[in-house]
Amino acid sequence: MDQSAPPSDTVARDLAATPPGLLELFFAFSKMSLAGFGGVLVWARRAIVEQHRWMTPDEFNEAFALCHLLPGANIVNLAIVFGGRFRGIPGSVVAFFGLLLPPTLIVTTLGMLYSYYGDLLGLQRTLNGIACAAVGLFLAVTLRMMGPLVKRRNPVEIGLMAAVFAAVGLWRMPLVAVLLVALPLSVVATYFWRKRAA
Amino acid sequence: MNPGLGTYLTLLWTFGLMSLVAVGGANATIPEMHRIAVEVNHWLTDAQFADMFAIAQFSPGPNVLIVTLIGYQVAGVAGAAATTFAMCGPAGVLAYFVANFFHRSSHSFWPSLIQASFVPVSIGLMAAGGYVLAVTVDISPAATAVTFAVALATVATRVNPLWPLAVAGLAGYCGFI
Repeated sequence: MDQSAPPSDTVARDLAATPPGLLELFFAFSKMSLAGFGGVLVWARRAIVEQHRWMTPDEFNEAFALCHLLPGANIVNLAIVFGGRFRGIPGSVVAFFGLLLPPTLIVTTLGMLYSYYGDLLGLQRTLNGIACAAVGLFLAVTLRMMGPLVKRRNPVEIGLMAAVFAAVGLWRMPLVAVLLVALPLSVVATYFWRKRAA
Repeated sequence: MNPGLGTYLTLLWTFGLMSLVAVGGANATIPEMHRIAVEVNHWLTDAQFADMFAIAQFSPGPNVLIVTLIGYQVAGVAGAAATTFAMCGPAGVLAYFVANFFHRSSHSFWPSLIQASFVPVSIGLMAAGGYVLAVTVDISPAATAVTFAVALATVATRVNPLWPLAVAGLAGYCGFI
């Protein structure tokens, strides 16, 4: 697999000068993972785009969209894809273990405690509080990711985004059916939009 | 607890297969997981499954770790490792190769167009997920207020997201939410 640094013309001026090394990848992903109560995406975008500047907001959106729409756990996919982009297969392996090893140890320990005690009332109440805040964080990261699209004012992108939101969120249509319609539609609409702009 | 080789193979096969049809993230897979773990294989009771879900949400890390807990309940630490690998490995390998293909041909017309056209669909889906979660979780005015306050604060400022999580967790423990 021929994998090196990303092509120089995709590196914007405000990106980090050096791509992350293997150790840096491992610790960056364990940090996001350990902070990720109620979802790791919030932390992944914060670390990758805002703190380390390893990707532009648009690059992050594209990488995440692919990982989101392919099967599997989207953050695990993102770790593998992100590590692979900068450091090939070793990068993927390191990011994968960075993301999963620490929380797996924690969750297995909690599972052991659960099988001894099994009383979760206090835990349940705390969880309810955390869940409310976690939804707020998730809404915030969604808004941030909309940023580049809103700035471009491309009616095709914004219309599709709104339609998918309405179909899945408001009308609760089955996910797979929506994707089977929305993805081809999005490809065709983007095609004509680019033709027109060219 | 002394599960045979057959149990491990069943875990690997079941969750490996599930990961390849799990589009839209771990939370979209919860109903299917419940069907397989509770109804088909009787690995867990209903109440145990609900508790596993709560522990996975409460713990740091990706929400997919609920499969780690199911594996642990079925076959101990080795079971936990087996299910986690089965759930994350095959799908991850697929993502690696697909993303590589798109990245290497990111200057060709169609691959770049296809990748760009995924973005509005993905973000629309996230907005829908956030909305559905908010409707499920925010069952009281206090809960709704917390969600909106946290969303506004994190969009408008650079506050570390651990603070709102900690404060809301404490408020929940004390029974305010």
